[in-house]
Amino acid sequence: MNKTVNNKAWWLVLPVFLMVAFNALVPLMTVVNYSIQETFGNNEFFWSGTTWFEQILHDGEFHASLRRQLVFTGLVLLIEIPLGLAIALCMPRQGPWVSVCLVLVALPLLVPWNVVGSMWNIMALPDIGLLGKGINALGIPFNYTRQPISAWFTVVLMDVWHWTSLVLLLCYAGLVAIPDAYYQAAKVDGAGPWAVFRHIQLPKLKHVLTIAVLLRFMDSFMIYTEVIVLTGGGPGSTTKFLSIDLVQKALGGFDLGPAAAFSIVYFLIILFLSWLFYTLMMREEAR
Amino acid sequence: MAEIRLENLRHSYSANPQTDEDYALKRLTITWQDGGAYALLGPSGCGKTTLLNLISGLLTPTAGKILFDGRDVSRSSPEARNIAQVFQFPVIYDTMTVFDNLAFPLRNRGVPEAEIASRVGEVAGMLELTKTLHKRASGLTADGKQKISLGRGLVRPDVNVIMFDEPLTVIDPHLKWQLRSKLKELHLRTRRTMIYVTHDQTEALTFADQVVVMNLGEVVQAGTPVELFERPQHTFVGHFIGSPGMNVLPCEVRGGKAVFGGTPVDAANIGAANSRGRTELGVRPEFVSIASSGIPAEVVRVSDAGRYRIVETRSHGHTVKLLLKEGGEAPRGSTFLSFDPAHTQVYEDGWMAGAHR
Repeated sequence: MNKTVNNKAWWLVLPVFLMVAFNALVPLMTVVNYSIQETFGNNEFFWSGTTWFEQILHDGEFHASLRRQLVFTGLVLLIEIPLGLAIALCMPRQGPWVSVCLVLVALPLLVPWNVVGSMWNIMALPDIGLLGKGINALGIPFNYTRQPISAWFTVVLMDVWHWTSLVLLLCYAGLVAIPDAYYQAAKVDGAGPWAVFRHIQLPKLKHVLTIAVLLRFMDSFMIYTEVIVLTGGGPGSTTKFLSIDLVQKALGGFDLGPAAAFSIVYFLIILFLSWLFYTLMMREEAR
Repeated sequence: MAEIRLENLRHSYSANPQTDEDYALKRLTITWQDGGAYALLGPSGCGKTTLLNLISGLLTPTAGKILFDGRDVSRSSPEARNIAQVFQFPVIYDTMTVFDNLAFPLRNRGVPEAEIASRVGEVAGMLELTKTLHKRASGLTADGKQKISLGRGLVRPDVNVIMFDEPLTVIDPHLKWQLRSKLKELHLRTRRTMIYVTHDQTEALTFADQVVVMNLGEVVQAGTPVELFERPQHTFVGHFIGSPGMNVLPCEVRGGKAVFGGTPVDAANIGAANSRGRTELGVRPEFVSIASSGIPAEVVRVSDAGRYRIVETRSHGHTVKLLLKEGGEAPRGSTFLSFDPAHTQVYEDGWMAGAHR
């Protein structure tokens, strides 16, 4: 039989290619375009090479936001992952309370991000907010518009409130999927609750935990709305995270070149760290 | 190791059982000797897994007692009962090596490491797992994993009973046979009490010294494979065991004979029959033969089953099957059947006449 050489099938890939191009490649390339050129408007561009990248990488402000961002994301992961897992372990697996619990824990996920910011903004007000007034009533000075510690505390607490549910739901789904036979075998083998957690639940939750860590890492590393509404990056710039810094540079200063370079560096950091988390958490599998 | 005695054991999954229908296990009294190999055989949903979980302590009985060597353990935890169980799907601890998997039950009980190493080594040898001992358990095939589950039961020297819940379900057919003979061999070697739950008659009959046949939450018959085959106490056992199952034909009991469609037939237990209720005649295809006179029948089809042929006939509107050795001519058309009187039984309302229930 003769084989007909015909490359027309490539046309069938075109729709997908166009879609990917419009939602990923084109916007990304626009940013790349800005990052290596200088413009003063009128659609006039001048080649600037790696100037903007060098500028950003030597920018003290960028370094500071990056440090703050790393500390914030680190805190958020350290709190939300164990907390979500712990609550998931305590939740009932069957019975009428399951749906009640699930709806209750899922509520924070349904609140729009800027509303979350406003809620906590009001709640943490030292004079009228429940949280702010409460903490002050305990004799601990608390004012998130003045004290960096109070601001950080509120921002982290807000994120934990908003996103622990996501971790929790993922873990819960993972736990429910473990067949009963494992628990029965553990009972027969005389395993205590810790051994059950360590040798059955944790290994079986590995994949959902990886997903939870990746999602929480990416989202918290890009956090913008809630913080801008709550503290606006203040007091001073103590809660100015990368996105806030980026928006200030891009829109506030209209420094399109440096902002574009910033965006690309930002994107590469997220990409690299996601890869790192994924590789570290999955490395056992390969063996 | 222990003798296991179940006294009037009942279990219901509903909180407030009213009628017999509410019970997954209706009522059971039985004694299993120390060191025996037993099988629980029955169709899906007959209550055999319930019974197994009651013995292992994963369920607490609604009523009745479970005694291990006379000690009442009905309310004890699985750990306190000191039993082992192999589940339908292989349960292994993914992150551990084969060695650690086998050592797990011992470590949980605080056995010294030196003893663990020697016990695990011995069990791994028996199960032919020595080569993979330091590999990760998750990398093994289904039969290897099932061997680990079994090994975790064998590794403790003081286990009262090892229970198997349809352990060959996920094993490839060609390995099933191997693993089954391995089990039998291990039983002979270790002389542990073993209870094997299955719906597969071949597995039950080849493994066990005594088979307990269950249906609808009740024990229908407990006996050796030969007893189950030759003297099924209930037509259910006759159907369920044997391939093809027993012929069950309606009959009348008249004048010391069972009358099937007008033809009088001798039956082994005819003396015990009192012609109350629905009377039936049970005879296995193995004990039916073609004769020159007797019960008139029409040959419907002959199918080859390897070493023998299955002849399907119609007699008085009922199907009667019989087995014929290979070779010789296949019967055709009208013929006569004869039932072996020693292996022909009368059943009343499903139960063998004269059987003590």
